[in-house]
Amino acid sequence: MGFLEIREISLHFKGIVALDRVSLNVEEGELVAVIGPNGAGKTCLLNCISGFYRPDGGNILFAGRDLAHWRPDQIAKLGISRTFQNVELFARMNVIDNMMLGRHHHFRHGFWHNALFGYRATEEAVHRRKVEEIIDFLEMERWRKHLVSSLPYGVQKRVELGRALVQEPRLLLLDEPMAGMNQEETEDIARFILDIHEELGTTIVMIEHDMDVVMDISKRICVLDFGRKIAEGTPGEVQKNLDVQKAYLGDDATTLLKKEGAG
Amino acid sequence: MAVTRFTTRSYPQDLRIFPSPAARISLVLLGALLLTFPLFMGTYGVFVACICGVSIISALGLNLLTGCTGLMSMGHAAFMGIGAYTAAILAARTGLPLIATLPLAGLAAALAGLIVGVPALRLKGLYLIVTTLAFQFIVEHVIYHWESLTQSDKGIALPSPDLFGFPLNSYQSYYYVILALAVAAAVFTKNLLMSRTGRAFVAIRDRDIAAEIIGIHMAKYKIMSFAISSFMAGVAGALYAYLLHLISPDHFTFNQSILYIAMIIVGGMGTVLGSILGAVFMVLLPEAINAVSGPLVSAYPDLAPRIGGLSVMVYGLIIIFFLLFEPLGLFGIWIRIKRYWKTWPYTY
Repeated sequence: MGFLEIREISLHFKGIVALDRVSLNVEEGELVAVIGPNGAGKTCLLNCISGFYRPDGGNILFAGRDLAHWRPDQIAKLGISRTFQNVELFARMNVIDNMMLGRHHHFRHGFWHNALFGYRATEEAVHRRKVEEIIDFLEMERWRKHLVSSLPYGVQKRVELGRALVQEPRLLLLDEPMAGMNQEETEDIARFILDIHEELGTTIVMIEHDMDVVMDISKRICVLDFGRKIAEGTPGEVQKNLDVQKAYLGDDATTLLKKEGAG
Repeated sequence: MAVTRFTTRSYPQDLRIFPSPAARISLVLLGALLLTFPLFMGTYGVFVACICGVSIISALGLNLLTGCTGLMSMGHAAFMGIGAYTAAILAARTGLPLIATLPLAGLAAALAGLIVGVPALRLKGLYLIVTTLAFQFIVEHVIYHWESLTQSDKGIALPSPDLFGFPLNSYQSYYYVILALAVAAAVFTKNLLMSRTGRAFVAIRDRDIAAEIIGIHMAKYKIMSFAISSFMAGVAGALYAYLLHLISPDHFTFNQSILYIAMIIVGGMGTVLGSILGAVFMVLLPEAINAVSGPLVSAYPDLAPRIGGLSVMVYGLIIIFFLLFEPLGLFGIWIRIKRYWKTWPYTY
């Protein structure tokens, strides 16, 4: 039994087929990339895993549990955390508060304890320590008490990654972590992703358009096009796959490439 | 004086409500002032202070719902009304003491809050406003027309309250009950806001998708916010009923709901201090207008019939002023003054 098993899930919006019997197995400790042209259904796939969309067919198993009837917040508690393509941070809070919110389901004290003893804040300090560890890990010390909305886009994406990490996830879903970043920021994030994978041993499923990064850091790649999985394999295998070339470059370009290869 | 002081603090120290000794000293002074207040103020002054206290409790509740959780309510006075009528009916008919009627009034209002909170799971923004508005009018209508229970516009007279056999038959003695509960409500709200529950409320307000993805059970926290907010409104309503000795439907109208929204806007959305400042400000404002209008009318007798309208205009102008120039409300002004003196004589 796999760690994350996606079994033939389908998703339709009225007449549009967003996902068509997509299957994917991810073993514990893997780093898998999901690629594909725009509108291929990559984000839909992540949304199904994190519980925002309910697939109309097939099922998703995480550590042996079927996620069909779980709410997003329950799935988060199971140990799946994620980042978004467009940063989804709490803009009016500072970095620390954003990340403390990531600790939400690790707190033991509930409403009554909060209301009566909140000011003693003992538990708060414990979680603060964990947050500071991740802040160190992602090298964000100097932005700690800055309002998130005042930070540059690249840093905001890093804060979001931090918020996903303080949840101590077993499975981390990253939706285009490098989108809109310059070369330097991209390299930073790529390094962080590798560190997370290697030092923390977190299983990662990542959507990314930056092919250099994808080919460099992922061990396995799954390619989607128009909601179907058209290829899966190591970076080398995927690059050589004709269907993948067709999806990215179109039919004509593929024949051109072939001719060039032949000539 | 140093502009920025780099200090090493432990996390618990960093998390204190009142981090500096100066803040703690001024808190003690404020406490002493509040405790001795009835000794040097006249009966009317103490009565106004009681109204302030009631408004603070209620405004704290509304601010938790609207300011922190982002759920706009136009029916806050209705929740107060439910609390007030629960307490009045129980006290007048069954003779239950204050210590029992207050929590029951809160629970009755909280129950109503749960019911209104359920549609709030699906409704946001304008749609929720209209729903709570409808609730306000339904409650007004029921209070007015369920004559066998509420005696309609004749109102219900309440017996003088007592606490553990100690009669609270003067404003002075009742003042301390309200003071204790207002302080408790403020501490309660501050505690909540500083802990994970409060952070979850704010997370839902700012970005509900992200809130869910990090493990916040949205339905639970929205309903919880409604229940807490209406509980506080209910208790405030009950306190108000005992304070006035006689309640009628006029005390919990739509205008009152607007007044509470004005309080949290003027005071500062989503903050405890803002709720307190806003409530005190809006209660004292008519007093100030009265104080000015007295001499004004004696100087210009022609103004007398229009002076009532004048006070409503001043209300409106103040709300517009705050929305335009100080969205953070009195709380924002307070923060700015504090920062100014902290860094004085430098500008930043």
